[in-house]
Amino acid sequence: MAKKLNIKDKYRLLTRDLDWDFSYEDRKEAFPFEEFEGIKITDWSKWEDPFRLTMDSYWKYQAEKEKKLYAIFDAFSQNNGHLNVSDPRYVNAIKIFLTGVSPLEYQAYQGFAHVGRQFGGVGARVACQMQSLDELRHVQTQIHAMSHYNKFFDGFQDYSHMHDRVWYLSVPKSFFNDARAAGPFEFMIAIGFSFEYVLTNLLFVPFMSGAAHNGDMATVTFGFSAQSDEARHMTLGLEVIKFLLEQHEDNVPIVQKWIDKWFWRGSRLLTIVAMMMDYMLPNKVMSWKEAWEVYFEEAGGALFKDLARYGIKMPKYAETIEKEKEHISHQAWWTFYTHGHAAGFHTWIPTDEELDWLSEKYPETFDKYYRPRWELAKKMEAEGKRFYTKALPQLCTTCQIPMLFTEMDDPTQICYRDTVYNGDRYHFCSDGCKDIFEDEPEKYVQSWLPVHQIFQGNCGGPDVENVLADFYRMNLGADNMDMTDSPDEKRWKQWKGVA
Amino acid sequence: MPVNAITPDYKGEVLDKQENFNGNQVVYVGWDHHMMFCAAFAYPVPPEMSFKTLLHEVIPEAFSLHEEFSSVNWETTEWLLDGQPFIPQMDVSLKEQGVNHKSLLRFQTPELKGFQNAGV
Repeated sequence: MAKKLNIKDKYRLLTRDLDWDFSYEDRKEAFPFEEFEGIKITDWSKWEDPFRLTMDSYWKYQAEKEKKLYAIFDAFSQNNGHLNVSDPRYVNAIKIFLTGVSPLEYQAYQGFAHVGRQFGGVGARVACQMQSLDELRHVQTQIHAMSHYNKFFDGFQDYSHMHDRVWYLSVPKSFFNDARAAGPFEFMIAIGFSFEYVLTNLLFVPFMSGAAHNGDMATVTFGFSAQSDEARHMTLGLEVIKFLLEQHEDNVPIVQKWIDKWFWRGSRLLTIVAMMMDYMLPNKVMSWKEAWEVYFEEAGGALFKDLARYGIKMPKYAETIEKEKEHISHQAWWTFYTHGHAAGFHTWIPTDEELDWLSEKYPETFDKYYRPRWELAKKMEAEGKRFYTKALPQLCTTCQIPMLFTEMDDPTQICYRDTVYNGDRYHFCSDGCKDIFEDEPEKYVQSWLPVHQIFQGNCGGPDVENVLADFYRMNLGADNMDMTDSPDEKRWKQWKGVA
Repeated sequence: MPVNAITPDYKGEVLDKQENFNGNQVVYVGWDHHMMFCAAFAYPVPPEMSFKTLLHEVIPEAFSLHEEFSSVNWETTEWLLDGQPFIPQMDVSLKEQGVNHKSLLRFQTPELKGFQNAGV
């Protein structure tokens, strides 16, 4: 009878031993993506496997989690769990999650599957392959977690179609496309390190604790089920950066440049989370500014102190980012409020209590710069002229966000940056986005900017309404416009028996 | 290096070249220190359009929602074209006065302080 293997031997056989030497083929041809980024790997065997998990135990472990998760989803659904959310406004936060974030899990699955093929080291390949499977599981479980809401609320029906087309969803989509179109090492610094290790806490924790504070059991349970996966992903992100920095000193400036780029891109992407935390959660968790201080300035600061021994510095633009925490959530929600006719979810004016909460959380900026915007919105609404913008906004070529950000030292002035490349002018919301373009213009001249695509006639038309209804597949009057008098709100009142 | 790519001499397709806009060019117009409008607006307009037409027939639809817009004195308004001071010629076409594809026009009205004098 065959001897049963001990765990250590089994692990070695099922990971490192899956590799083979190339005796008659050129190894470089087997891993064609490994060198063009300029990263030097001298010894893949120095890679320390972050997961220490074999495929069979991975399956077993995930299957157990899945069983529990779906039991709760079933109970949630049978007990009409949607009736327990704090307020129907809350549901708009998870509409953003499903259209903006869940498809990124799918892109992460594709990205990690690609690099899981392309790395020369077997340890890195196995780790990326497992993360790839996790990401696929996440997109599936998120869809299932939110499918219950789709039966009762508007705006969930075409999330993946919308992700590929809708103007504001081009922001997360292009973020991941940028990472996936880069080489495998940049992808790992972009997604594995910058996003999964440092910024994920600012995406996941706000959405999951927002769900917990607002009675959304389905999303909270998904969050718990993904937590152990996220912990593994963070370990992989940290292993990647340490491995690259230890392999060769020439890697240091390349990695630093990627850190600068991806922290900037990540902080721009998180604008939508900032707005969600400050404006969309009826029961607040903490302000965006507080979250940024805890998860980025404290946790990230400690990390960069740790990385200093390799010669890695704090990400460029860290000073601008620090000032932005006072402003971006307000600037973003104002943008969506004023474009509420073109969003796939509902928008609203904060209540008086909420305005006071914002004043308290943002004593330096809210009353001075942002409360007047809401006073204006209230005045217009009281006059029966709810404010919807009547033209399309200028977009940043790199992050694709409308150019809504201000100069941080002059918060009533839009920040404009531009550059001319091969005779064409390109516009940016910030020095960060401009520098990223100038470093690789041939990449970003290809930006699919939704406003320009509409003008070129590539999104149907001729009117914006046709674009929204036919090309984006929004149900006008149901998915969009103000929360007040929306079908979502009317149904909610009916369920709760209030007039 | 204009891009770090595995393909030698990789060239990206310029998606926003002027030829793609069916005879139009894109012009952006922003009103400084008036944050009621979250960003500058983008307009697809013929390069032959006069500045006067842009000013009086194109941009008012969106900007006129601001209560100060009707008080703007166009005689004294200061303009920036792509970041440089600019004096528009009303009857001259955009193209002939250097307002090109994807040019940004900003107008400044220092006497108008915005809603509640807050730059809104």
